[in-house]
Amino acid sequence: MIFLTRRATFSASHYYWNESWTAEKNQQVFGRCANRNGHGHNYTVEVTVAGEPDPVTGFVVDLKWLKDVIEHEVLAAYDHRHLNLEVPEFAASKLMPTTENIAISAWKRLEPAIALAGGAKLTRVRIYETPEIFAEFRGEA
Amino acid sequence: MNAYFGRRYMLSASHRLHSDALSAEENRSAYGKCNNPHGHGHNYAVEVLVGGPVDAETGMVVDLAALDEVVRTRVTARFDHTNLNLDPLFANRVPTTENLCREVFGLLKGAMPAGKVEYVRVEETENNFFEFRGE
Repeated sequence: MIFLTRRATFSASHYYWNESWTAEKNQQVFGRCANRNGHGHNYTVEVTVAGEPDPVTGFVVDLKWLKDVIEHEVLAAYDHRHLNLEVPEFAASKLMPTTENIAISAWKRLEPAIALAGGAKLTRVRIYETPEIFAEFRGEA
Repeated sequence: MNAYFGRRYMLSASHRLHSDALSAEENRSAYGKCNNPHGHGHNYAVEVLVGGPVDAETGMVVDLAALDEVVRTRVTARFDHTNLNLDPLFANRVPTTENLCREVFGLLKGAMPAGKVEYVRVEETENNFFEFRGE
């Protein structure tokens, strides 16, 4: 079994705000991240798939195909967007666009396309918010 | 849903790789220039990965500021700008990065504000790093 990882970047803005809390509690828990005008990051997404290399091509998956999947499923929705306002899974306060939830949401966007292709399985999505802060999802319940 | 939150910290420290169980010649043979008598230093990067359920109210596995505080008080404040050989944890143990990695894991395990430590990775230089998962 080989694990193959492809990296891509997107830039987006977000803020943290729980509608069921008071403004004071939001400020206390989320600090500067609760600024309602939002702020932004250069995110890096790492997508890891696992499988056996094809006996003819020697590929687990075609990297160009995986690059295109990441672009269509994730970057097209997230890049240069305000996550709280423009991305369906986070909009209208449905889900807090934390790094953890972005990793889970990116997984949900990628998994059907990768499963449909057969062969390699999605095993990990890691999102770097900054080079020092990241979250990952491995499809665990 | 279970997810993982990771954070990287820097600390600068010196060490000398030397075992009292070995002769001077054996130490030089085992550790090479890392055995030089006056020690040397590194900028270590410590990566901590914390796993657990994503809190429904905050969307977080663990609060970043709370995690930073635990790592600062238990690890960074303890080791940053120190000589690792003089720390009691290394009184009877060579401060290799393998051992530093295990000690950092031990200092953090059980002290998480939420979730549990999945791994501790310590990068000694850009070209070598060590990871401990409590196994």
